[in-house]
Amino acid sequence: MNFIGDLGSLFNALPGAAAQGLVWGIMAIGVYITYRILDVADLTVDGSFCTGGAVCIMIMLNNQNVWIAMFCGMLAGMAAGFFTGILHTFMGIPAILSGILTQLGLYSVNLKIMGKANQAINANKFDLLISLRFIKNVPLYKNTIFIVAVITVVLIGILYWFFGTELGCSLRATGCNGKMARAQGINTDLNRVLGLMISNGLVAFSGALLVQYQGFSDVNMGRGAIVIGLAAVIIGEAVFGRIFHNFGMRLLGVSLGSIIYYLVLQIVIWRKFDPDLLKLLSAVVVAVFLAVPTWKSRYSARVLRFLVRIGVKGGMN
Amino acid sequence: MLEIQNISKTFNAGTVNEKQALKGLNLTLEDGDFVTVIGGNGAGKSTLLNAIAGVWLVDEGKIIIDGKDVTKLPEYKRAKFLGRVFQDPMNGTAATMGIEENLALALRRGHKRTLKQGIAGSERKLYRDILANLNLGLENRLTSKVGLLSGGQRQALTLLMATLEKPKLLLLDEHTAALDPKTAAKVLETTERVVNQDHLTTLMITHNMRDAINIGNRLIMMSDGQIIYDVSGEAKRKLKVEDLLKKFAEASGEEFANDRMMLAK
Ligand SMILES: Nc1ncnc2c1ncn2[C@@H]1O[C@H](COP(=O)(O)OP(=O)(O)OP(=O)(O)O)[C@@H](O)[C@H]1O
Ligand SMILES: [Mg+2]
Repeated sequence: MNFIGDLGSLFNALPGAAAQGLVWGIMAIGVYITYRILDVADLTVDGSFCTGGAVCIMIMLNNQNVWIAMFCGMLAGMAAGFFTGILHTFMGIPAILSGILTQLGLYSVNLKIMGKANQAINANKFDLLISLRFIKNVPLYKNTIFIVAVITVVLIGILYWFFGTELGCSLRATGCNGKMARAQGINTDLNRVLGLMISNGLVAFSGALLVQYQGFSDVNMGRGAIVIGLAAVIIGEAVFGRIFHNFGMRLLGVSLGSIIYYLVLQIVIWRKFDPDLLKLLSAVVVAVFLAVPTWKSRYSARVLRFLVRIGVKGGMN
Repeated sequence: MLEIQNISKTFNAGTVNEKQALKGLNLTLEDGDFVTVIGGNGAGKSTLLNAIAGVWLVDEGKIIIDGKDVTKLPEYKRAKFLGRVFQDPMNGTAATMGIEENLALALRRGHKRTLKQGIAGSERKLYRDILANLNLGLENRLTSKVGLLSGGQRQALTLLMATLEKPKLLLLDEHTAALDPKTAAKVLETTERVVNQDHLTTLMITHNMRDAINIGNRLIMMSDGQIIYDVSGEAKRKLKVEDLLKKFAEASGEEFANDRMMLAK
């Protein structure tokens, strides 16, 4: 086997993986807002990710400007978040179930938007902002990695500003302690809806970028998005948590977490790991990481140290 | 300042767990009244405070704060008139946010939350000053996360937050019960200082009969969803713990031996 050539193929694939990681990273930032700030696990994203992509691609196919198309995709995502928020607050349905209901409904909506299960868009005929073809051998200002990185930084800047405002602070308080928030005159229901809208707007925007990148939209493109988002959040916190304390840097950590996720994925694919098992692997990894805080509090540090020692000994024998 | 007319509240109506926690209760507070509230477990004390705060709507009756009928207002709208401190120190603050951020949230109680910066630079001096008054060394830890503070520190901070934007009515629900005696005394002392300084109308639930007698100008005793004893002024000052125990036994028709209040005597 030509190992050098093989390694070369990995290196060739890495920029593409990084670009994909950046695109999904914007979705992961959306997940961070619901999961970490609002303290709800919002499953709407599996549907709204595709909605953003579907709206964007259909508008572009009608020869509209790419920015208008992406903006409309984002608005569609915000509408999805609005529905979940209404189900959750006004109708009193638990957040998880609200997200699942919206997600299910969106499956039909997405099919109707696209008219069929998938739609393709040709980078030669349409003026795409990003594409997997614009990664190598293009000027910097057209380079997909550069463009998505700039967009990510701008979005983080806006979010950093927003969560520092009076309204943004009240949103953080809502997620942290609803009882206290209401006692301080904060409309927690409104804030939950608002947070879900912002989150799903970002998720849909990310979907709008992905359809351009891969050149097509597909009704199943958002399946498991929540897990990828959570994985990115968790990886970001695990790797950068100790050095990134500032809120903006934490969001950056989430984006970097997403890039790491896709780089690792690329390596796994390169090692000829059965791709059918990828989602199972992601689910297991995320499940274990989500369990860590519980394990930490349930088993004292001493027990953990003991386990580690046993593990080390076992390894040496 | 506060007028409560004939309010009733039944929980879990129509089930085996049905419980009428407030039974046509009436209460009027004058401007500047500092009222201590006592009563056995399940007497409806917390329920009364929750009814005033609007945690849920009452089934019957009217609640008027400072001349405004708030009976139908949701909790977050009533907050404009109210300062609240809860029994559990975890409840009154946002643990993942900084001390100054918590205070800034409280300073905006009753005001519209806009896209202006969450903390104006000029506010920090105010925060440092009022924190210094607490004597807990918090004035130099403005950006520390509240989750790192002790229960007593959090309770003192919650008290500041409740009174930072002067409330029409201060609601304290056993706010020192979860603290060790020394810390509890300190928080109580702070409470009296703040209330007297701003002439706040206050309802304070306590299980400590001594405190109930020594603090404030009026005392009410609750039992079974109603006010069974209401004493103020000179009569309250002359009150003894034994009197209260007797009163309670009379009203409930039972001995008071194993209630929590006895221990607090
Ligand atoms: N949200 C609720 N749902 C159902 N029942 C409730 C609720 N809140 C209070 N109750 C019931 O109403 C009654 C009065 O409770 P409340 O908490 O007001 O008592 P309390 O006087 O504050 O007692 P304690 O001294 O134990 O705090 C109790 O029987 C309680 O179980
Ligand atoms: Mg109580």
